[in-house]
Amino acid sequence: MKIAIRNGRLIDPANHVDQVADVFIAAGKIAAIGSAPSDWHSNKEINAQGLIVAPGLVDLSVHVKRGTLATELAAAAAGGVTSIVCPPDTDPVLDEPGLVDMLRMRANAQHGAHLYPLGALTKALGGEQLAELSKLAQAGCIGFSQADAAIADTQVLWRAMQYAATFGFTLWLRPEDPYLSREGAAHDGEVSSRLGLNGIPSSSETVEISRIIEISRGTNVKCHLSKISTARGVEMIRAAKREGLPITADVSIHHLHLTDIDIGHFNPNFRLSPPLRSLRDRDGLIAGLKDGTLDCVVSDHTPRPREAKQVPFGEAAPGATAVELLLSLVLRLAESAKLDLPDALAMIGARAAKTAGIAAGTLSVGVAADVCVFDAGAYRHITEASLKSAGKNTPFMGYELPGVVRATIAAGHIAYEQAS
Amino acid sequence: MLSKKNIQLNENGELHHLLAIEGLPKRILERILDTAESFVGINEREMKVVPLLRGKSIFNVFFENSTRTRTTFEIAAKRLSADVVSLDVARSSTSKGESILDTIANLSAMHADMFVVRHSASGAPYLIAQNVAPHVHVVNAGDGRHEHPTQGLLDVFTIRKYKKQFNHLTVAIVGDILHSRVARSQIHALTTLGVPELRVIGPQTLLPAEIERLGVRVFTSMEEGLRGVDVVTMLRLQNERMNGALLPSASEYFSRYGLTPQKLALAKPDAIVLHPGPMNRGVEIDSAVADGAQSVILPQVTYGIAIRMAVMAILAGATR
Amino acid sequence: MSVQKHQTDAEPLFNALRDQMAASIAYDAKLIGVYSGGAWLAERLKAELDGEHELGFIDVAFYRDDLSMSGLKPTVRATHIPFSVEGAHLVIVDDVLFTGRSIRAAINTLFDYGRPASIRLAVLVDRGGRELPIAADFVGDALIVAADQMLALNRDETGKLFLTMEPWKK
Repeated sequence: MKIAIRNGRLIDPANHVDQVADVFIAAGKIAAIGSAPSDWHSNKEINAQGLIVAPGLVDLSVHVKRGTLATELAAAAAGGVTSIVCPPDTDPVLDEPGLVDMLRMRANAQHGAHLYPLGALTKALGGEQLAELSKLAQAGCIGFSQADAAIADTQVLWRAMQYAATFGFTLWLRPEDPYLSREGAAHDGEVSSRLGLNGIPSSSETVEISRIIEISRGTNVKCHLSKISTARGVEMIRAAKREGLPITADVSIHHLHLTDIDIGHFNPNFRLSPPLRSLRDRDGLIAGLKDGTLDCVVSDHTPRPREAKQVPFGEAAPGATAVELLLSLVLRLAESAKLDLPDALAMIGARAAKTAGIAAGTLSVGVAADVCVFDAGAYRHITEASLKSAGKNTPFMGYELPGVVRATIAAGHIAYEQAS
Repeated sequence: MLSKKNIQLNENGELHHLLAIEGLPKRILERILDTAESFVGINEREMKVVPLLRGKSIFNVFFENSTRTRTTFEIAAKRLSADVVSLDVARSSTSKGESILDTIANLSAMHADMFVVRHSASGAPYLIAQNVAPHVHVVNAGDGRHEHPTQGLLDVFTIRKYKKQFNHLTVAIVGDILHSRVARSQIHALTTLGVPELRVIGPQTLLPAEIERLGVRVFTSMEEGLRGVDVVTMLRLQNERMNGALLPSASEYFSRYGLTPQKLALAKPDAIVLHPGPMNRGVEIDSAVADGAQSVILPQVTYGIAIRMAVMAILAGATR
Repeated sequence: MSVQKHQTDAEPLFNALRDQMAASIAYDAKLIGVYSGGAWLAERLKAELDGEHELGFIDVAFYRDDLSMSGLKPTVRATHIPFSVEGAHLVIVDDVLFTGRSIRAAINTLFDYGRPASIRLAVLVDRGGRELPIAADFVGDALIVAADQMLALNRDETGKLFLTMEPWKK
């Protein structure tokens, strides 16, 4: 399959490219940029006049379940996402190599986004006994995580770090103290007090960041901190990075746009984990993203069945469907936070790929052809019908958002093309 | 977005659901109080029933048990001649796995005109109000630790009965503010009605985060907080609060925050004492105060009927 | 639409009503004013009629049959009847008799307080348009008023009564 994408504005932040140029794809790889290789004849031509041609997006947090893998990979493709990192809280939990093989095989059969699994750090995510990390790594796990579960026992966490450091594995840790967040539903502050919702204090995050930093210090383990939500947390990570600790961090796109005030009258679509925090926290997250303290932006895609959100706020399952909104929400962030478009795209492209240590996020000649072609000036109306994901739970339901994906190419295959 | 609209009011600015005091304009609170005033007279006469809501079906749906509150709503509905059905859902269908919305849909199919809802989860009445037919009214009879608007209204009604005006009062609310829906409703009602100084008194473990943003002054010392107040509201302290690390014991709590005649003496001589009931004597309030001359706890119960009649009458009369 | 508002002196009508009543009501008949116009009339009648006429006031809002059409009116006044109606001779006093529905409501209200010996009806104006079999015993005057006009009694700061006529408010 030979594909030519012509006349688009090519934005490849990793290679400092931002110019109108043609892209040629052959044998699943980028064959040439600019002028066609000799003897070129296309099987497919995409006219990208007025459109942006960018590396396929890299989303470091997409929760998938067995039953909905196909729909969620299709949703990712519709959102221009070609690489996803999947936390181990699948059903069943990814704590055995066979389960990882099976998940990757099923994902590969979809010819959509590349799926990079995180293995369970402890068996059944129980926080007590280490999973077989080496075997899981051989099966293709790019790191190890507890998803949203905690390791309450500090000695277990310490040993997990020592063991992972022995083999150079990266730990992906979600900093949340399980006791301070117990039974919590919303950020502990004025809004939770008004609504009478159990609060999750900012300290639930900062206490855990501090614990991770302190016990990782001697082990030199690589730690990636998932879904930072507090301004104070950003400060702590900034200091740790300055000190030279091998720490990276991401932030969910929701927390860059929304605050706890947006919960309004108990809208369960705004129940997220971590909870939406204060305006000051949101500003701190944006600042952290701009100065590189936060390495990248994730969707934290968490589709939920309707009935999981048709309950009172505090009983609603946390999370939002988001992988196919990621591009639009980052474009909107670029507007509101005054980010250059290439910088913004890098946060869900090259920067994310580098953080995860995966080969993705650029359009260099010779790399796998993962491409997203989109119209940055067009707007889309977010409705239930417009979402390909099985989950319809998003705080942005009803919004008009910028950015319409015209085509997504994953490893040289057309994974999504908008019907004309 | 739907969730941000004040769904309590219809397009004409009339009360359509009573879900919370927060967000209600002063004119609506005053109208409820004024209407309740005329129901007080009806409750005192031999014939206590008026035909106002004849033919209307009111469903008391209590996902959380409360015989006392449910009974006051039943009496109020009956005195308005409504057909009233009370369901203790806590003991029946939801324990079999039926969702709140399924329960409400089933009852709606029986042509309910109004739901009076109590639920242990904050915000549950909003979920219901967003999912009922446009002509159906929802009254919040207490949701989690969010609000208990009719209790807040009967509290301010009682205060108005004894103190006439709000604009010169100092009011203190004492105890477990964190878990109290009564406290939240009373705070919003009193600030809306123009009380110039509203205090909350309790240990830090029982004070919600940033509570001062609701327009209250925070005191952790009972002695300082009670000084010169016109009204004291004592909140119920539930026994399960002693289980964790919120409080060491009931007797230690009482020694600090229990209302005794000695502590009450710090308030103005004509100060009145409210309690939403049921009381824990010897935990938050001394019997000498509960049964004393300054206690208005029983009048609160009496006025509770009139307030609930007023709310039901106004809602049922709201044009779509 | 221009709102036309007409005002008419109601004092002659009041005098006519009072004179009729003076000739025929019981010495101890109790006057029940229906808020708000009827309450003013009842107060004036007590002052100007001979006899021992005790005064009561009722608001019929809770007894109306049109709640679902027009809602509970914004200001409900407390019904105040400071005497036993059991076995008493009562006169309901109202300003304008129209459909008869508020008089029906007033009678029902009174029966919830007891069983009177008799109830008679005194109105300042009978404007016709009855929807119920109700007639007044004493009438200041009968007036012909277009169906789209609202007729109401008002009182100025000196206590002088006057009638206003204007189109019904939506």
